[in-house]
Amino acid sequence: MATIGELAARYRSGEATPTEVVEAYFRRIEALDPKVRAYLTLTRESALAQAEAATKRLRAGKPLSLLDGVPLAIKDVICTKGVRTTCASKILDSFVPPYDATVMARLNAAGAIMLGKTNMDEFAMGSSTENSAFYPTRNPWDLARVPGGSSGGSAAAVAADLAAGALGSDTGGSIRQPAAFCGTVGVKPTYGRVSRYGLVAFASSLDQIGPFARDVRDAALLLQVIAGHDPLDSTSTEVPVPDYVAALGQGIAGLRVGIPSEYFIEGMDPEVEKAVGAAIEVLKGLGAKPEKVSLPTTDYALAAYYLIAPAEASSNLARYDGVKYGHRAPGSKDLIQMYGRTRAEGFGPEVKRRIMLGTYALSAGYYEAYYGKAQRVRTLVRRDFQQAFERVDMLACPTTPNVAFKLGEKEDPLQMYLCDAFTIPVNLAGLPGLSLPCGFTQSGLPIGLQLIGRPFDEATLLRAAYAYEQATPWHTRAPQLT
Amino acid sequence: MPDPHVEHLARLARLDLSEPEKERMRSQLDAILTYIDKLRRLNTDDVEPTSHAIPMVNVMREDEVRPCFPTGEMLANAPERESDFVRVPRIIEE
Repeated sequence: MATIGELAARYRSGEATPTEVVEAYFRRIEALDPKVRAYLTLTRESALAQAEAATKRLRAGKPLSLLDGVPLAIKDVICTKGVRTTCASKILDSFVPPYDATVMARLNAAGAIMLGKTNMDEFAMGSSTENSAFYPTRNPWDLARVPGGSSGGSAAAVAADLAAGALGSDTGGSIRQPAAFCGTVGVKPTYGRVSRYGLVAFASSLDQIGPFARDVRDAALLLQVIAGHDPLDSTSTEVPVPDYVAALGQGIAGLRVGIPSEYFIEGMDPEVEKAVGAAIEVLKGLGAKPEKVSLPTTDYALAAYYLIAPAEASSNLARYDGVKYGHRAPGSKDLIQMYGRTRAEGFGPEVKRRIMLGTYALSAGYYEAYYGKAQRVRTLVRRDFQQAFERVDMLACPTTPNVAFKLGEKEDPLQMYLCDAFTIPVNLAGLPGLSLPCGFTQSGLPIGLQLIGRPFDEATLLRAAYAYEQATPWHTRAPQLT
Repeated sequence: MPDPHVEHLARLARLDLSEPEKERMRSQLDAILTYIDKLRRLNTDDVEPTSHAIPMVNVMREDEVRPCFPTGEMLANAPERESDFVRVPRIIEE
């Protein structure tokens, strides 16, 4: 199992070529993915063609970047020109985008190679990847358990070494939670840091694209390539992108780290609490200054999210009407019947639930009481973080209250929603968040440490995560799959 | 708490739900809305709403002709087409 950094070094020393590595990855996928089911679509032909071109460039000593020839997995919510993009939904079963998302254009320009598109909860709605219309993905550490979600396929692919790195999207925790469950690094960048052009929209005021990687340096390398302003996304900002990799080794002496007391709750897994407590001690040993902070609105953030996200989703998903693309129910007598039947056939239960909830929150008579109220609560959530960041440079807490659960364990939708209690406030406030492995339970399941930063301060999160990673062995462990 | 009129909402959302789906939806939405109701306990009288976490302004560009996607490519995903149009069931009665 090689990191992106190691692959890049091997390519340059001539010890390996992208063609050999991509072929080896497809052999591994063939052997192991029938168990994990991380992928929905494999792009072997184009990957091998890209690998051949990368091999030539490297042989000529002219690589495009450190990512040249690096094989990646892409969540199936990101548009890929000429490659089926389904959002793990029946309604987009056969949709082939006519263009590349900006993140794909940037990865292609850097020479990165796409191995395939990964499984997810339908339209990124879920926390276990069980809401995929095709099949659930399994956690490489324990195949009876979920990989988390919604980017479960990307997280599992990286954890099982079915790709060297991956992209996912995070609306309420969909990168950080599966990263925690699968023992990988996952970064949810600041809202506006990465272009969403070509990302199929779920909740537009919350969605961000970010990387999965096996170590912090790889995550920094991937973020470096995808971050930055894009004229095609009016919500992407012109804030300059620093050199994330160069800043990694600067250490964290004197870094003020806030520990939010509301993120250590009753009912959380004691092993998670213990591991995160130990991680904070490690940060302290590296020179950081931990102190308690309070985010008093935390308990209300989840409720506000489950009005805001479904409201935006109900509006965004109105486009799936069977007219221009996607599934269309056959034999309808008129247009209205076609809409209703197409959407009933095409969407799964969770997507329908959220559309109904969002429609309710936005409907006449309830708008102010629900959607308006939630937006006001959102202001309070932001204010909590602003006040904390007056005193500290970064927050550290668990990514999730519990570790990966068993498939089928959370049948009640509300119980599933509660998994995201610690990740959702970060999206509501538009902040950057990072999850990295900070230990394992007695039974061998990964535990995630979440770092939360000021807007556009991904660099501090990566630097702290790198310092922690250098001091701990967790990132060197890999699941035993045969 | 107001009853979420599943029938009415499904019509607004253009979702032809089956009877068992409506039943399930009714009880699930009820449970979720009961949970969400905790927001009432929070006083937000003097709080401005947030629509986006990062301050956003409308982005304008020059209104000039630019190349766009070829019609054929854009229509390639259409479930039913006729020459350069998507085809849909009848909208207006004869």
